[in-house]
Amino acid sequence: MLPFLIKRLISLTLSLLAASLVIFFVIEVVPGDPASFMLGLNASPDTVAALRESLGLNASVPLRYWQWITGLVQGEFGISYTYKVPVGELIADRFWVSMPLSIYALTLSTLIAFPVGVIAAARRNSPADVSIMGVTQLGIAVPNFWFAMLLVLFFAVSLRWFSAGGFPGWEAGFWAGMKALTLPAIALALPQASILARVMRSSLLDTLGEDFVRTARAKGLTHRQALWKHALRNALIPVLTIIGLQFSFLLAGAIIIENVFFLPGLGRLVFQGITQRDLIVVKSVIFLLVFAVILVTFLVDITYAVVDPRLRRRSA
Amino acid sequence: MTPFIKALAIAGVLAATTALTPAAFAAKTDITVGAQLEPPNLDPTSGAAGAIDQVTYSNIFEGLTRFGSDGSINPGLAESWTISDDGKVYTFKLREGVMFHDGTAMDADDVKFSLERTTAEGSTNAQKALFADIASVDVVDPQTVKITLSKPNGNMLFNLAWGDAVIVAPESAANNATNPIGTGAFMFKDWVQGDRVELEKYAEYWGEPAKLDKVTFKFISDPNAAFAAVMAGDVDTFMPFPAPENLPQFDADPRFRVIAGSTEGETILSTNNKMAPFDNPKVRQAMAHAIDRQAIIDGAMFGYGTPIGTHFAPHHPAYVDLTGQSNYDPEKAKAMLAEAGFPDGFTTTLKLPPPSYARRGGEIIASQLRDVGIQTEISNLEWAQWLEQVFKGKDYGLTIVSHTEPLDIGIYARPDYYFQYDDADFQKIMADLNNATDPAERDKLLKAAQQKIADDYVNGYLFQLANTGVVNAKLRGIWENAPTQAADMTAVYWED
Repeated sequence: MLPFLIKRLISLTLSLLAASLVIFFVIEVVPGDPASFMLGLNASPDTVAALRESLGLNASVPLRYWQWITGLVQGEFGISYTYKVPVGELIADRFWVSMPLSIYALTLSTLIAFPVGVIAAARRNSPADVSIMGVTQLGIAVPNFWFAMLLVLFFAVSLRWFSAGGFPGWEAGFWAGMKALTLPAIALALPQASILARVMRSSLLDTLGEDFVRTARAKGLTHRQALWKHALRNALIPVLTIIGLQFSFLLAGAIIIENVFFLPGLGRLVFQGITQRDLIVVKSVIFLLVFAVILVTFLVDITYAVVDPRLRRRSA
Repeated sequence: MTPFIKALAIAGVLAATTALTPAAFAAKTDITVGAQLEPPNLDPTSGAAGAIDQVTYSNIFEGLTRFGSDGSINPGLAESWTISDDGKVYTFKLREGVMFHDGTAMDADDVKFSLERTTAEGSTNAQKALFADIASVDVVDPQTVKITLSKPNGNMLFNLAWGDAVIVAPESAANNATNPIGTGAFMFKDWVQGDRVELEKYAEYWGEPAKLDKVTFKFISDPNAAFAAVMAGDVDTFMPFPAPENLPQFDADPRFRVIAGSTEGETILSTNNKMAPFDNPKVRQAMAHAIDRQAIIDGAMFGYGTPIGTHFAPHHPAYVDLTGQSNYDPEKAKAMLAEAGFPDGFTTTLKLPPPSYARRGGEIIASQLRDVGIQTEISNLEWAQWLEQVFKGKDYGLTIVSHTEPLDIGIYARPDYYFQYDDADFQKIMADLNNATDPAERDKLLKAAQQKIADDYVNGYLFQLANTGVVNAKLRGIWENAPTQAADMTAVYWED
C-alpha cells in the first residue's frame, strides 16, 4: 500500500506544479488592466499608473510568479485588488458556502441515485425500470439553471416557503443556513442523481452477468442475496469514479446555480473576479479548485484500492 | 357548535387580533435594498465603481456639499460658503457638532486632510482631475476652511459634492475600504462579501436623524434572480432594476410601484473621430440622420429614456433640445454619404460593452445603419476588454456607452479622450466656463458647448438613460432621480 501512496503523492505534486504554471500564464495574457477597470472613465493616466504601482503590477512576470507560488505554499494568497482584503479570507468565507452546498447536493444525489439505480437493475425491463430510465433521461436533459428558476418560482415566489436566494451566513444558525442551501442543492442534485442512477444500474447489470454471481446463484443464493452480497460491492468502482468527478464538478461548477440563487460561493467569486479583473483572486481560487479536484481524484484512487485489493497488489 | 364554544372561539380570535395589532401596524424600520453590483470596497475615494457610491453616498459619507435628488447642490458638512470676487478663494463654514462614527469630532483639519489626500501626488482617487485646480487648503479655525484655486473653477461646488470628495478622518482613512468611518446618518455594521452590506442608524448624527434603524443592501447580479427576489418580497426596492422588460409586470402588481426618473447617463454612439471615414464630419452627420432614437428607446429600453440631441441631461436648466438637428431621415443620410464619397456605404466595427442598452441598442443601430449602407461588425466585450481596447487603445470605429458622470460635457475638451475630438473652439468654451462664476454667463456657455458638439456631430446622441426600478408601494422618500449613483436612505420611511 505504501509505494502505491508515494507514487500517487508524487504525481499529485507534479500535477499541482504544472497547474500553477498554466493558471498563472493564462491569466497573464487575459486582456484588461485591473487598475484602469477600477478607476473608470474619468481617471487620468497618471492616476492609473499610481494605482498599478501600488498594486504591485509593475514587477516582472517571473518575479510575480515566484511571489505568488511561494505565497501559496505558505498559505498567503495576497490582497484582493478590488476588495482590499486578504484573498485567503475571501476564499475561506466562500468556501463555507460552496463546500456545504456541494456536500449537501452530493448527499442528496447519492441518496436518490443508489436505491433508484439498484431497483432499476434488480427489476430490469419491468415498468419500474422503464419509468426510472425515462425520468433520469429527463433529469439529465433538463438544464439545472432552468430547473433552479422553476424551483424559485414555485417555492419562493408562489408558495413563499423559501426566500428566492441569498445566504444568511452560518452565524444565523445551522438550520437557517441549510434552509438557504436547500433549493440550490436540489437544483444541483437532480441532474447528478440521474447520471449516477444510470451508472449504478448499468454497472450493477454488468456485474450481475459475471461468472462469480452465477456461481453465487449456483451455490443457492437468491437473486436478491447475490445482488446485495456479491454484485453491489463490485459494481461500486465506476460509481465511485462518477461521485468523485461529480464532487469536483459541484465544487467548481456551481457558478450558474450560485448566480441564480445569488449565493456568495466560490463560483461567483471567480466570476466576479474575472469581470472586475481581480486577477489575484481568480488565480488563487482556480488554483484551489484544481487542488480540490486533484485531491478528490487522489482520494478516489485510494478508495478504489480499499474497495478492490487487486489494485493495491498490482501497483505495488 | 354550542354557543359557549362559539363565544370562546370569538373571544380567542379577538384576543389574537388585539395581540397582533401593534406588531402588524407598527411601521417597519428596516429595509432591504436590492442592487445589481456589489461594491468592490466601501471607500468612495478609492475607485470609480458606482456601486461604492450607491451604498455609501450620503448614507455613510458626506462631503462639504451634496446633491439633492433633483441634482441641485446643497450644503453638506459646510453650512455656508463665500467665494472671492476673482473666483479663486472658497471659504467654507463647517457645521458644529459633526461627529465621525468612531466618536471623534469632524473639523477643518479633517477637511484639509481629505482634500489634500485627493490631490496629492500618487493619489489613486479616480476623479483626481476634478480637483487639480486646488492649490492649497488652509485651516482658518476648527470650523472654517479656505480653499485656494490656481485658476477659477465654476464647477468647484459641484465637484465637491461628488462621492470622491467626501470628508474622511486621518485615523480611519486607510481602513475605509473594509470598515468605512464617515459622518453620515448611517454607520457601517457588517459586510458579508458576495451577499450583503448592513448599515445601522447613527444616533449621534448632526442633522435630521434617519427614520430607518437598519438598511441592508443585497447584491443580486442576475436579472432573473432579481425579479424573483422582488416578487418573493426578499428585497423592498431594486433601483435601478436590471431588466426593463419586467417593469410592466411590477406595475400591474399593487404591492409595487414602478419608478422612472432621470439619471445623468447620456447614452451615446461614440465615434472614433480620428479614424477614417469618421474624420469626415459629413459622414458623422449622415450617421446621425440614419439613427431612429425612438426605435432604440422602444426596442432596447422598453420605452424608458428621453431622446437627446447633444451630450447634456434634459432635466438640467441649461439643456437645449437639439434632437431636431439630427432627426431620423435615412434618405438624407444616404445622400450625405454619397456626397462624402461613400455612395455604397462602408464597413466599420461596433464594439459593445455588457449593459443591455449597449447590447440590445447595438443590434438595432446596426440594422438602422445597414439601411443606409453602413455595415458594422459587432463584437461584444466585457468591461475590462472594452476599457483596454476602446477606451485606452482607441481601437474601434463605433461603440455605445452611457456616460453617467454628472455634467460631464467637459470630456469633449480632452483631445486624447477615446472619441478623439480635438477642437480649439470647444476647448475655448470650456476654458471660459471654468473661469465664469456668473450664473447667466455659465448658462450661455453651457448652451454654446451643447450647440458646438451637436454642430460637429461628434458622436451619435441617443438618449438619456432612465432611472427605472421598483419599490414597495408603502415606501416613501426613495430618490426618483439619480443625480449621482446613490441610494440615499436618509429620508426613507415606511408609510403605516
